[in-house]
Amino acid sequence: MGVISSKLGNLGVVTTSLETAVNWGRTGAMWPLLFGLACCAIEMMSTQASNYDLSRFGMELNRASPRQSDLMIVAGRVTRKMAPVVRQLYDQMASPRYVLSMGDCASSGGVYNNYAIVQGVDEIIPVDVYVAGCPPRPEQLIHGILTLHERIKGEHFNEWITGQER
Amino acid sequence: MVMTVPESQQGKAIESWQGQVEELRGLVSERAMTGETLLLNMGPHHPSTHGVLRLLLELDGEEIITCLPDVGFLHTGIEKTIESKQYEKGVALTDRVDYLAPMNNNTVFVMAIEKMLALDVPERAQVIRVICLELTRIQSHLVWLGTHALDMGAMSAFLYCFRERELILDMFEMLSGQRMMGSYIRPGGLWRDLPDEFLPALQHFVDIFPRRVDDYEALLVNNPIWRDRTEGIGVVEPEEALALGMTGPTLRASGVNWDIRKAEPYLTYPRYDFNVPLGEHGDVYDRFWVRMQEFRESIKIIKQAMKNIPGGPVRSQNRKYVPPPRAELGRSMEAVIHHFKLWTEGFSAPDEEVYVAIEGPRGEVGCYLHGTGGTKPRRVHLKTPSFMHISALGKMSQGHMIADLVGIIGSVDIVLGDSDR
Amino acid sequence: MTQQTQPANPVELLKERFPEAVKYVKQFANETTIVVERKQVIEVLKFLRDTKGLLYNFLSDISSVDYYPDPPTEQRPERFAVSYHLYSLLYNRRIRVKTFVPEDDATVPTATTVWEAANWLEREIWDMMGIFFEGHPDPRRVLMPADWDGHPLRRDVPLGYETIMFSFNVEEILKHKPTGKEGRVSE
Repeated sequence: MGVISSKLGNLGVVTTSLETAVNWGRTGAMWPLLFGLACCAIEMMSTQASNYDLSRFGMELNRASPRQSDLMIVAGRVTRKMAPVVRQLYDQMASPRYVLSMGDCASSGGVYNNYAIVQGVDEIIPVDVYVAGCPPRPEQLIHGILTLHERIKGEHFNEWITGQER
Repeated sequence: MVMTVPESQQGKAIESWQGQVEELRGLVSERAMTGETLLLNMGPHHPSTHGVLRLLLELDGEEIITCLPDVGFLHTGIEKTIESKQYEKGVALTDRVDYLAPMNNNTVFVMAIEKMLALDVPERAQVIRVICLELTRIQSHLVWLGTHALDMGAMSAFLYCFRERELILDMFEMLSGQRMMGSYIRPGGLWRDLPDEFLPALQHFVDIFPRRVDDYEALLVNNPIWRDRTEGIGVVEPEEALALGMTGPTLRASGVNWDIRKAEPYLTYPRYDFNVPLGEHGDVYDRFWVRMQEFRESIKIIKQAMKNIPGGPVRSQNRKYVPPPRAELGRSMEAVIHHFKLWTEGFSAPDEEVYVAIEGPRGEVGCYLHGTGGTKPRRVHLKTPSFMHISALGKMSQGHMIADLVGIIGSVDIVLGDSDR
Repeated sequence: MTQQTQPANPVELLKERFPEAVKYVKQFANETTIVVERKQVIEVLKFLRDTKGLLYNFLSDISSVDYYPDPPTEQRPERFAVSYHLYSLLYNRRIRVKTFVPEDDATVPTATTVWEAANWLEREIWDMMGIFFEGHPDPRRVLMPADWDGHPLRRDVPLGYETIMFSFNVEEILKHKPTGKEGRVSE
């Protein structure tokens, strides 16, 4: 969407494809689910707070209800007791929905290779972007979110229609 | 021997999570069984439970009749995992227990090891540990203040608190290379010496922070909405608080003067002059007030400590337990042997038990350590303040409105990782 | 905490009051451990809490330990042990009361009658170590899911380790993984 910029002045009509327009809309106002599990949730809060200011990317609004959110940031270790809850939250989100696995524990179990921890949240829900780190720096999380944006910009109609949603 | 799961609780995980009302007989009042009162599930996904705490509430209108906390959604098996690791490697896991106060958990675990081995800690390391612990206390309280105020509807305090917290995290990053989980404190001292940039950054922080605390107080202390929502809510009497096992600022807000830094001084705390702020009423406001004063006391301790940091090594020179520095390996065969022993097998600790407690930001953090005589511990039990405070939530919230419950949860400053381990 | 009295020696007082309950006393690293008979542990705790000169009025922690692979010795006659860490706010000192619990009858009388704080600590031990507390008001699991089988902190229970995935064994592991990867768009 590089053609739309203020430099062009009062340009009456812009032609673009519907795909691009919809994908642009999806990336520009992506509302994450207010969902923190462990240590990474604190870094997620840092990302949203004053220094890193996630609202620069249209994400200032965290929705507590999964029905209203587009992105689930799994921030922290997923335990076997919590796993059904995570799955239920994911099922409650409306499509299109995206999952970002934040941190080593959510991505692969991290340092906890034991009885209590699900070895990666991708065993229960499909994940779009993995962010490494224990916990990842806010910059890393922002990079992960921008990576997800890039991916959404490349989505196609046939994926929506055939129901191959994530 | 009673071992198996009760029959009523057998079934799929999702079913038992949703629960059957019959299971609750005896825990909630009889009125709930007939449907006269409402059973409401709060959490584990709820914006104001500070993580994954689940509360089962029995409500009569808006009034809470019973509050049954349910934890374990973040049970990580850290104690069991440490049992399978060498002592020094266990330090990295203790960071992640209470993720708002990683240095405290490091310190209590490391102090338990040191007590067991009778390992010396150089004075410089002790002073730096005190500075780190107090910085940790400040950053933990900052997160508490930000989220507590956010829960009560004051958004701007959150933004201010996280602004100052970044300064502390930057300092931690200088020390250990990691913002939160530094594992900076190791058996026998510290991982590395202070970098050159640390003390100027600390000086800058100490200079500006008291004014920032004034800002927070200006936002909240005399704010009529804040006072209305906090005064007289969740009152805990001193005797009750002791019986319920409360510690730290939550206990001191009820007027019990017990601070482990004063009562059983550890590290170099006896050298510093500081006060222990006490509350009078034991309500949400007093807990808030006590923590606000602790900001100032921590700054006082840091100021005194940084004025007088002794020189010398930051790690014990006892080569049986502490690996030699890299430079020594090229010169000394003995150093190579120690290095090899410590990094392959680890050091051994006696088949004895110790219990060490320190004052964390939330209260008494204790570590019960039982060795085997080998290189791995037999049992590590971390006594964590949040666990006790959550168990007391039911008592504290009885008879209050559901909106006050949010304030009570915020005021005891729980961290679910701390409680579930 | 009424009037200031001189601190008394807890070991002497206990031996005088409960001559057959106290088995032995151990000192290590300035910590006193009093090993007592299992059936009388509650009386001992009450005595330590209420006696003038002792006043261990705060229950710091209850922890358990499993001596599983080691054969029983004279000092450690049974498989499990439960330790009560008490603290006296008046005299600023700690004491550990320890009791051994046999494997085939892993029960201890509950301390919730002495301190309310024992409630969750005992639930945790029942959950993690499988030592049941007789007379406990709410003996549910606290940390593990309610349908969990076994007690994970026992030394004969495995850690539950999973093989780490590398490129050479990824195919093999993915075959056995319970997967939620259905409907995933191929890259």
